[in-house]
Amino acid sequence: MREPPVLAVQGLSKSFGAVRALHDVSLELYAGEAHALAGENGAGKSTLIKTLAGVHRPDAGELTLDGSPVVFHGPGDARDAGVAVIYQEPTLFPDLSVAENIFMGRQPRRSLGRVDHKAVHAAADALFKRLAVDLDPEQPARGLSIADQQIVEIAKALSFDARVLIMDEPTAALTGSEVARLFGVVRTLREQGAAVLFISHRLEEIFELCQRVTTLRDGGLIASEPLEGLTEDDLVRRMVGRDLDELYPKQDTEVGEVALSVRRLTREGVFTDVSFDVRRGEIVGLAGLVGAGRSEVARAVFGVDRWDAGTVEVQGKALLNGAPSTAMAAGLALVPEDRRAQGLVMDMSIERNIGLTGLRTTVRAGLMDRGAERSRSLDWAVRLQVKYARIADAVGTLSGGNQQKVVLAKWLATKPQVLIVDEPTRGIDVGTKAEVHRLLSELAAEGVAVLMISSDLPEILGMADRVLVMHEGRLTAEIPRARATEESVMAAATGRTA
Amino acid sequence: MADFKADPKAPRLTLTRAVRWDTVVGALLVVLLLMSFSFVDGFGNALNLSFLIGNTLPIALIALPMTLLVVSGEIDLSVASTAGLSGAVMGALWNAGMAIETIIPLVLLLGVLCGLVNGLLVTRLGLPSLAVTIGTMAAYRGIAQIVLGSDAVTDFPSQYLDFAAGRIGDTFLPYAFLPFLALLAIAVLVLHATPFGRSLFAIGANEEAARFAGVRVKRHKLWLFVATGLMAALTGIFWALHYASARYDNATGLELSVVAAVLLGGIDFDGGKGTLGGAIAGVFLLGALQNAMSLLNVSAQSQIVVTGVLLVVSVLGPRVARQIAVARAGRRAAAPAR
Repeated sequence: MREPPVLAVQGLSKSFGAVRALHDVSLELYAGEAHALAGENGAGKSTLIKTLAGVHRPDAGELTLDGSPVVFHGPGDARDAGVAVIYQEPTLFPDLSVAENIFMGRQPRRSLGRVDHKAVHAAADALFKRLAVDLDPEQPARGLSIADQQIVEIAKALSFDARVLIMDEPTAALTGSEVARLFGVVRTLREQGAAVLFISHRLEEIFELCQRVTTLRDGGLIASEPLEGLTEDDLVRRMVGRDLDELYPKQDTEVGEVALSVRRLTREGVFTDVSFDVRRGEIVGLAGLVGAGRSEVARAVFGVDRWDAGTVEVQGKALLNGAPSTAMAAGLALVPEDRRAQGLVMDMSIERNIGLTGLRTTVRAGLMDRGAERSRSLDWAVRLQVKYARIADAVGTLSGGNQQKVVLAKWLATKPQVLIVDEPTRGIDVGTKAEVHRLLSELAAEGVAVLMISSDLPEILGMADRVLVMHEGRLTAEIPRARATEESVMAAATGRTA
Repeated sequence: MADFKADPKAPRLTLTRAVRWDTVVGALLVVLLLMSFSFVDGFGNALNLSFLIGNTLPIALIALPMTLLVVSGEIDLSVASTAGLSGAVMGALWNAGMAIETIIPLVLLLGVLCGLVNGLLVTRLGLPSLAVTIGTMAAYRGIAQIVLGSDAVTDFPSQYLDFAAGRIGDTFLPYAFLPFLALLAIAVLVLHATPFGRSLFAIGANEEAARFAGVRVKRHKLWLFVATGLMAALTGIFWALHYASARYDNATGLELSVVAAVLLGGIDFDGGKGTLGGAIAGVFLLGALQNAMSLLNVSAQSQIVVTGVLLVVSVLGPRVARQIAVARAGRRAAAPAR
């Protein structure tokens, strides 16, 4: 007989208003086991985590800790019971040291309430030893890589004697070597007897790290099973509920005349002498490491930032420097990388967010034509299969993948001739990802010129007719589809000559 | 279409949606008026009501553009000084023998200029409007004193004085209320029915996203500051004529009444939320309350305390209302389906 699970839920249900987020879900986390939670955006993963972490109270169902029932009245209760959550974006105080961050608010004291820095330092050191990582406790948190910041968060969790570690998409913003570093720490922890619940959209990571997997779909439990013997296809089928069309379905299309022409574009200190063309019917990938200046070029082309030198032409028409509205009028659209900060107004309705790009068209006699606005927004929300309760709901109530679809809808509604998409599938699930890829492919087939910035190499290689690569603010390579491989793109992206 | 998992038995949230702060303020105004009509001696007679409206009009006039500014996440604290400066320049030019028909357009132009200075400092130099307009608040008032000294100009043409202070026959309506209604209608249309107004909400809620959607954020803000300057100058002219006195210290402190009323009306200080109806209800709620308190011989000091408390309530109120709505929605959702 096995030990009882460290943490388990049975028959968990939770609704928000009319939306049922979870229905009759059960999950068991055992000591020494890494358990993956799989599902598309909106499948209920976040709600489940938040319930385990004491943020949400379940409407029905029971939590058990070491086999006995328990009720979490808030995140504090869960923490005291040894349940810790590591989020995608760590929230450290940048100007405090690593050690101070770990013991924030409960530093060991000396007389007169002074902080015992030596003790803080020693305790942090001990935690890092346990995790088998080499971090300086006195280093300020500012400047740590995101992986190291997450390791600090894990150390913080350990200092609370956490036995259950819930990791919500910790790898979304990490590079390959950082992922390896983080996984090393997680394995060490697991061998020491911690139970880990791991969430990631990258299936290969699930197979690499975990022993069991629980799959959710539309708030319901699909399966909870050992990973051994499963394939990625099996997992995708459970998540999506059908066989997935091939990812990256870029068809060969008729390539037409030049639609976007960028010449010697320079923004001082950011990017230099960038020239390229994108033709109708073409998907051009723009690859490079984070910080290479890809998004910055896109912003300048669209006019959100000014450029210092160079020209941009859309369908033969020169764009003004720093004027997004004229770029839009010329047929250019930019789907920005950060949907929360740049893509959407979270408090506004889905209808009005999509409507924001149509303020010049859904107008009658100078006034908003609300009927036209609504039908335009509804039309595009339906075309992109956004899952929502009501079009008048705030866009912030949607899941991440659906928010991304709203951003796409908002820009496709302008019927662009040139579409720049910046990380169009970051942080969204495989099903939605395939939909976005199909959509981009269809747009290219209709004659739209597409420039796709992505850090996801398989996506670039699968979708792009040509790959442009940037390194430290300069365009370093242009690789046709036939010769584009992970090696050739990475070589150019890291500045090695291909 | 949307294939969300809806529980058919789940109650719709129409009632919670209806409880909005601007509705609350409107209801409070109605209750206050009914109580004052019933229990406050002298409140209901036409002359008192016309005084109430006439005294509230300067606040209401400036509240129109101020609402738009606050919705877009900015503020203008120099409005009262602009009004004072306008009155002072009007008096000085009148003393110099210029015709009032020439003076009024010139003074309105001056208001545009004052607003333009604020707007350019905020949009071109990227300074926070709170700091900029505290500065110009002092500067404009100082210029007003330089222009007119401590004189009071009172001898404006009587037909203008009568228009600004008089009422239509024996009714409770001041003449000046009619042009105000026209301006109110324009402001409501601009904020709630035009692409410009829609953009203001987007700018106030997420300026970055508005910029990425092609909204000309700086140009929109510049227009708002110019419109605010223009309305402040109009208010300054009205003030000097209504009280038949152009002095450099006219309308001192009016900016706080305007901001208080606008916030009371549910315009979120962080931008992006609110309705003009709510703001105007807030203006007249404060005006009616002060009038009623005066009739009840409440001391001026106590009136200030009451106004201050109301302002705190106004900042708290919408938040509490929202939390109640959320809690209610939660409880309904949690209620077992039968």
